[in-house]
Amino acid sequence: MTAEESVRALHAGETAAADLVDAALERVGDDRWGAFLAVDAEAARERARAIDAAPERPPLGGVPIAIKDALSTRDLTTTAGSRILEGFRPLYTATCVERLERAGAVVIGKTNMDEFAMGSSTENSAYQLTRNPWDEARVPGGSSGGSAAAVAAHQAPWALGSDTGGSIRQPAALCGIVGMQPTYGAVSRYGLIAFASSLDQVGPFARTVRDAALLLSQIVGRDEMDSTSLEWPEPIRLPEATELRGLRVGVVDELMGEGVEPGVRAAVDAALGRIEELGGAVERVSLATSEYGVATYYLIAPAECSSNLARFDGIRYGKRFEDATDILEHYELTRGSGFGAEAKRRIMLGTFALASGYYDAYYLRALKVRTLIRRDFAAAFERVDVIVSPTSPTVAFRLGERVQDPLAMYLSDVCTIPSSLAGLPALSIPCGLSQGLPVGLQLVGPAFSENRLLDVAHALEAAIGFDAHPPGIP
Amino acid sequence: MTTAAGTPWEPVIGLEIHVQLATRTKMFCGCELSFGDPPNTHTCPVCLAHPGALPVTNREAVRLGILAGLALGCEVPPTSEFHRKNYFYPDLSKAYQISQYDAPLCVDGHFRALVPGGPELEVGITRAHLEEDAAKLVHVGVGGRRAGAEASGVDFNRGGTPLLEIVTEPDLRSAAEAGAFLRQLRQTLRRLGVSDCNMEEGSLRADANVSVRPAGSSGLGTKAELKNMNSFRFLERGIDAEIVRQIALLEAGETVVQETLHFDPETGAIHSLRSKEEAHDYRYFPEPDLVPMAPDRAWVEVLRAELPELPVERRRRWAAELGLTYEDAEVLSETAELGDYFESVAALADPKAAANWIRGELRAQLREVGREPWESPVTPERLAELIGLREDRTLSEPLAKEVLAEVVRSGASPRAVVEERGLGQISDDGELTALVERLLEENPAQAEQLRGGKDKLVGYFVGQAMKATGGRADPARVGELVRERAGV
Repeated sequence: MTAEESVRALHAGETAAADLVDAALERVGDDRWGAFLAVDAEAARERARAIDAAPERPPLGGVPIAIKDALSTRDLTTTAGSRILEGFRPLYTATCVERLERAGAVVIGKTNMDEFAMGSSTENSAYQLTRNPWDEARVPGGSSGGSAAAVAAHQAPWALGSDTGGSIRQPAALCGIVGMQPTYGAVSRYGLIAFASSLDQVGPFARTVRDAALLLSQIVGRDEMDSTSLEWPEPIRLPEATELRGLRVGVVDELMGEGVEPGVRAAVDAALGRIEELGGAVERVSLATSEYGVATYYLIAPAECSSNLARFDGIRYGKRFEDATDILEHYELTRGSGFGAEAKRRIMLGTFALASGYYDAYYLRALKVRTLIRRDFAAAFERVDVIVSPTSPTVAFRLGERVQDPLAMYLSDVCTIPSSLAGLPALSIPCGLSQGLPVGLQLVGPAFSENRLLDVAHALEAAIGFDAHPPGIP
Repeated sequence: MTTAAGTPWEPVIGLEIHVQLATRTKMFCGCELSFGDPPNTHTCPVCLAHPGALPVTNREAVRLGILAGLALGCEVPPTSEFHRKNYFYPDLSKAYQISQYDAPLCVDGHFRALVPGGPELEVGITRAHLEEDAAKLVHVGVGGRRAGAEASGVDFNRGGTPLLEIVTEPDLRSAAEAGAFLRQLRQTLRRLGVSDCNMEEGSLRADANVSVRPAGSSGLGTKAELKNMNSFRFLERGIDAEIVRQIALLEAGETVVQETLHFDPETGAIHSLRSKEEAHDYRYFPEPDLVPMAPDRAWVEVLRAELPELPVERRRRWAAELGLTYEDAEVLSETAELGDYFESVAALADPKAAANWIRGELRAQLREVGREPWESPVTPERLAELIGLREDRTLSEPLAKEVLAEVVRSGASPRAVVEERGLGQISDDGELTALVERLLEENPAQAEQLRGGKDKLVGYFVGQAMKATGGRADPARVGELVRERAGV
C-alpha cells in the first residue's frame, strides 16, 4: 500500500493505525538491510493506539514513517551516524518531525546514514552498513541510505531524509524510489543536525510521486525557529497531470557525456522519449559551470561543516573522555575518537579553506562560482521549464568499491550538486533498470516550482510504469 | 619625557566598548537575561548549542543597536550581516561566536564629547555591531583563578547575552579624555535605555588600544590592547600605566610589541595575555543560519525622530543658557528625570542656586529617606520657593535646611512652614537696630573693646543677636548695624 492508500483506508475505517504500525514494525524487525539505527516499537504502538482511540483521526491518520537519524527526536536516540553522539537523547524534536507527528504520522524508527550526512554510500556510518534492497552486495547510496533502503524494502511507505549535495536524490535513484529536495528554505531546518547549513534541506522519500507530494505538503512553510525558512506561497498539491503538453524540457549536455554509464544514459534517453510522447518538447541546454560544481561544493560544504561540527566537544552532551588532564587534551581525545575519517577529512578541508590567507582563494572564490552556477540555471530557465539529467552517473556500486577513493565517491554527486548550490527544487524518480538495478531521472525546476515539478514527475511516472518492488520483496 | 628630537610624546588611544543590551531575552534565543540566578537555569537547545538548534535574531537587540548607532551619529547601512567567529573554548557552546565582521549594523559615526574647560572633543565612531556574549567560567579552588584550579564549571546563563560592540577611531589623547568620553557614552546609552552600563556587573566593558608617537607626527606607533577594564578608575589608571610603559620602552631604544595586555589594578602592573603571533585565526565567514538584516528605512527614520535630547546636548545647552559648570551639568544630567527636575526648578529660581541645592542639601536629605528628587514631596515649585526665601533673606542657611527637612517630612510648602513656625528671618531694620542697641548697652565691657578697635567682637554681638532671636536675625545686617551703632 502507498501512504496515500493507507491514509484513505484509515479515514474510511478499513484499517487501524495500530495494524499498519504493527505490520511496519514486523518488517523493521527483519532488518537484513541495516536500514534502522533506533526503533522504539512500544512507543510507536502506543502512539498508533492513541491515534486510533482519538475522537477525530488526524490528516495522516496514523501512517508509519521512518526518519533519518540526522533529525532530532526527543523520544529516540539521535546520532547522525556518528560515534560522538552515541546514545544521545535530544532535548527537543525537529520542527518537521513535530509537524508530521501533529498531522498523525507515527515515527517507527531512525534510519542509518553517513556520519553527519557526509558520504554517498552510507558506508561512513559509525554503526553499520546499509544494503541496497535491489542487491545486498551493493550500497543504497547516501547519505540518507537508511531511509531510502527502508522505503525500497517496504519497511515504511515513506521516510524523511536530508539533502546537501544529493543525499536524498542519489539514494532514491540507487534504490528505485522517489526522493525530493525542495527549494532551499521550504522546510524548516530546526532540529536537522547541520552538515552544511547553506545547502542542507529536509525532503521526502516515497514509492510514488503523489506520496512524496503528500509528505512534502505536511512539512513546508515558515518556522520561526529557522530564520532561513520561507513563507510558502501556495499549498503543495497532490499531482494529477497525465500529459506534458506545452512543457519545455532541457537536457543538460554536460551531464549526459562521459562518466555516465551507458545503461544509465539509455534509461534516461528512454524517459526523454516518454516526455515527448506525453507532449513535452525536449531540447538541449548547457550548464557550463556545472563542471565546477563538485569542486565548489567541496569548498563550501566542508567550510561550513568545519564550523558546524566544532560544537561536538563532549562537554555539554555526547561522548566524553574523562581521563583528559586538560581542556586541549579533552578536545583532542573526544574529537579524535568521536569522529570518523570522512568527518575529519572535511573538517580539515574546511578549516583550511577558511583560514586567513586562503579565504579569498578558496572559500570566497567558491561563493563566486556558486553565484555563476545560479545564473546558469536562471538563464536556462528562461528557455525551459524543467531541466533533466541522470540523478547519478552510475547505478548502485558495490559495498567497499569506493571507500578507499574519496574522489570517486565525491563524483557520485556530480549531477545533484549544481542544483543544491543553486538552492533549487529537484527530485529523482526511477526511470528504468540497468544491469537489473534502478536508474534515477533527475528533474530540476526554478525556486518554488514544486507543484509543477511534482506534476511532471507524476505524469512521467505513470508513463514509465516502473515497478518499485525489488526482487524478492513482496 | 620627550623623544630623542626633544619633542614630547603624544599618546594615541582608541576604545572598544562592549555594552550588554537591555533586552528581556538573549541575542539568538528566547531565554531570559539574568544576573545572579543559579547556574544554567536560563538555557535552551539554542544557547547550549544542541545539535540541530538554530539562532534567531532578537529584534529588540537590533532596535537598541540602531538607536545607539543613531545617537552616535552613525549611518545604518541598508544591509548588514552576521559572521561566525570560530574558536574553541569551553565558554563558547557552538565553538563560534555569532558576531559581525565586514558588514556591521552601524558605521561611520562621530561623538562630540565635552571637555572640562576646553574645546569639545570629536571622537570618530568606526562602527557599532551586534554579537553574543560567551558563558561564564567558574573556577574552583586557588582563589577562583584558572591556573591551577581543581575544576572549572560553565554557567551558560550569560551565554548568548546580546552585546553591542562600539569601536572608536584612535582620536583620544589621554586617559582623562578616554574617561570623559566613556562617561558621556555611558550617559547616552543609559538615557536611551540601550543598556544599564553597570561596569561592576560587566554590562559595560572597555578595552583600550594604546600607542604613543612624537607629538605632531601623523603616523601611528605600534599599539597594545589593554583588555577588559571594569571601572573608570582602572581604565584611566591602566591607560596611564601603559603610556608610561611604552614611553619608557621607546626612550630605552626598544620597541613596543603588538600584544594583548592585562592591567592589574591591585599592583598597577601590566602583563601580557598573548602576542600577535599567538593571535587566533578566527576563520570568519558569513553565518549561513541567518539571513542578512535589512532594517526597514522607515523604521530607522522613526527611531531617529524619536531620539530624545541626549545628555551631552543637554549639558551643552545648560552651559550656554544657564552658565552651569561642567561638574554641575555632569551630575544633573545623570538621569533624564534628574535633568528634568533641575530644569523645572531652574525655570523658577536661580539656576546656579538650583544646581547647588539639588546636588547638595536636597540629595543628602532625600538619601536618608531613600527617595529621588522627582518622586519626593519636594516638588520643583517647593524647592524654587525655598530658594526664593533664602535669596530674599527670609531664611538663613541653617533655617532653610531646617525648612527643607520639614518639607521632606510633611510635604508642606516652605512658606507655610515658615509662617507656621514663625521662622522668618528678621530683616526689619527698626527691630534689629533696637536689638543691637540693647545688646551694646547690656555688654558694656565688650562694647568698649569693640570701640577700641577689637573688630573680632562684631562676631560676638552677631552671635548674641542670633541667640536672642532664635536664629532668625539676618546675621549680615546685624553685623552692619553693630558697626554703625558702635561707630566703628
